[in-house]
Amino acid sequence: MNKDRLLISRRKLVTGFASTGGLLLAGCSPKELPPTYGNVLRMGDLLTYRAFRMLLPAQSLAREYAHGDISSSPAVGNTNPADSQQPTFNADRGPLYDRLRTGDFADWRLRVEGRVARPASFSLADLKRMPAKTQITKHTCEEGWSAIAEWRGVPLRTVLEAAGIMPSARFVNYYAYDDIAEGIDMLDALHPQTILAYGMNGRDLPLAHGAPLRMRVETQLGYKSVKFLERIVVTDEFDDLGKIGSLQNGWAWYVGI
Amino acid sequence: MRHKNNQAVGQRASVTGCREMPVATATFGEVQQHSVAGHPRWLRISHWILAASVFTLAVSGVVILMAHPRLYWGAVGNDLTPALFELPIGRNYKHGGWAAPLTFFTGANQVVSAARTYDIFNQNGWARSLHFLAAWFLVVTAIIYLGAGLIGGRLLRNLVPRFHELSPRLLWQDVVAHLRLPMPRATGGPPYGVLQKLSYFGVVFLALPLMVVTGLTMAPAVTAAYPVLLDVFGGSQSARTIHFFAFAALVLFLVVHVAMVVLTGFKHQMRVMILGD
Repeated sequence: MNKDRLLISRRKLVTGFASTGGLLLAGCSPKELPPTYGNVLRMGDLLTYRAFRMLLPAQSLAREYAHGDISSSPAVGNTNPADSQQPTFNADRGPLYDRLRTGDFADWRLRVEGRVARPASFSLADLKRMPAKTQITKHTCEEGWSAIAEWRGVPLRTVLEAAGIMPSARFVNYYAYDDIAEGIDMLDALHPQTILAYGMNGRDLPLAHGAPLRMRVETQLGYKSVKFLERIVVTDEFDDLGKIGSLQNGWAWYVGI
Repeated sequence: MRHKNNQAVGQRASVTGCREMPVATATFGEVQQHSVAGHPRWLRISHWILAASVFTLAVSGVVILMAHPRLYWGAVGNDLTPALFELPIGRNYKHGGWAAPLTFFTGANQVVSAARTYDIFNQNGWARSLHFLAAWFLVVTAIIYLGAGLIGGRLLRNLVPRFHELSPRLLWQDVVAHLRLPMPRATGGPPYGVLQKLSYFGVVFLALPLMVVTGLTMAPAVTAAYPVLLDVFGGSQSARTIHFFAFAALVLFLVVHVAMVVLTGFKHQMRVMILGD
């Protein structure tokens, strides 16, 4: 065996790593990618995001299950935005949520704004009039557990198209009645299983699961499926959503893994 | 040093290339005498990157597991469904903080929901990202290691046991040789004894690939793209449980591996894996 023939020179190895990294990281302007803040963990997250987008077929459907597969579902995180004891309680929107809930959400509106041609607000009845999608899917929590439930709602795509997505739009960010906001890229936003859910297991969305409307992003972990939705903002550039977003709290933005 | 190493490689090739020579059947003690020191540079570099990756993956993996120290079998599992087993690690073990349940469906397969009222231990923000960062290092290095090792034939030659080595008598001889103290000094590197081959083969070709694939079976974007993974492992919670058992096997390997390095001459063994001879 000739040792030299096999030997991969260290320089070639480093060049190889660097060019592979460049391939995965380049191709988008910085404002179209989540920032790393110079943090090595966020660089790893960015590599995962870019690699998944490059290597996985676009918009594959998450597995849908049978009715008999529905399991019990824990409700974690905030289970009532009006509860001032919850860590994500918001002093303005919390009491507002309480009033809306008392009125059976008749006055609740979902605002859709940002890079859309016709900014709009939708009542629960408006959303329920749109073509509904029902799916029995698995919720995967970052903690390690999972649960299968039936979700009923309107595809996010339908709502975004009703408001007219501008061609330059790249991200869809969504805000809750508590201090929680999340965002997804257009690929996940337009995914046929990404829905705004108002029903769970055949009934109206229970309070602890995000009444009256929550996001369902079936290709990512549970924390992207934000509960108690208040508004949707479409953007051209990446928005880390400040102190109420995942990034500034030390959590990955893309969690398809 | 490099010149000497090249000679050593040449000698070894001629020895293992000769079928009549009983090098491959040597028991532990004999192997030590026949052994010719030396690991090529690509192997030494990838060994240490892989070692650091595995260590980081193990530590961050335990932190992730501590957030939910319950394991299941099948597609789903959570605090409201029965566990396969629970691990007493950290304060989330059997925590009782659940509000009164809401019933969705009654009957044999009762489906409920309950709100958690307990502030769990959860460091997954950094632990998950660190886990995947280390996994990238592991996967990229493993591809280079497997590529270099398979192309040169080194991996198959040194790590795959020959059929005749797997006889109960030879296996037993090697077990006995490993239990005799003090251990003979090692010169470092191949040819390896049959137990050594079996354990390295198990780690390189079985445990580590299984770790990567069961890990990916927990990723919702990956299982959407390749749902066959869910069928292969019987669900993402089964994959998580297999991931845990493969971790336990790798920890066991690591303990024995390090013990053997210490018992057969720590300084020399480290020198061989760092400097090559």
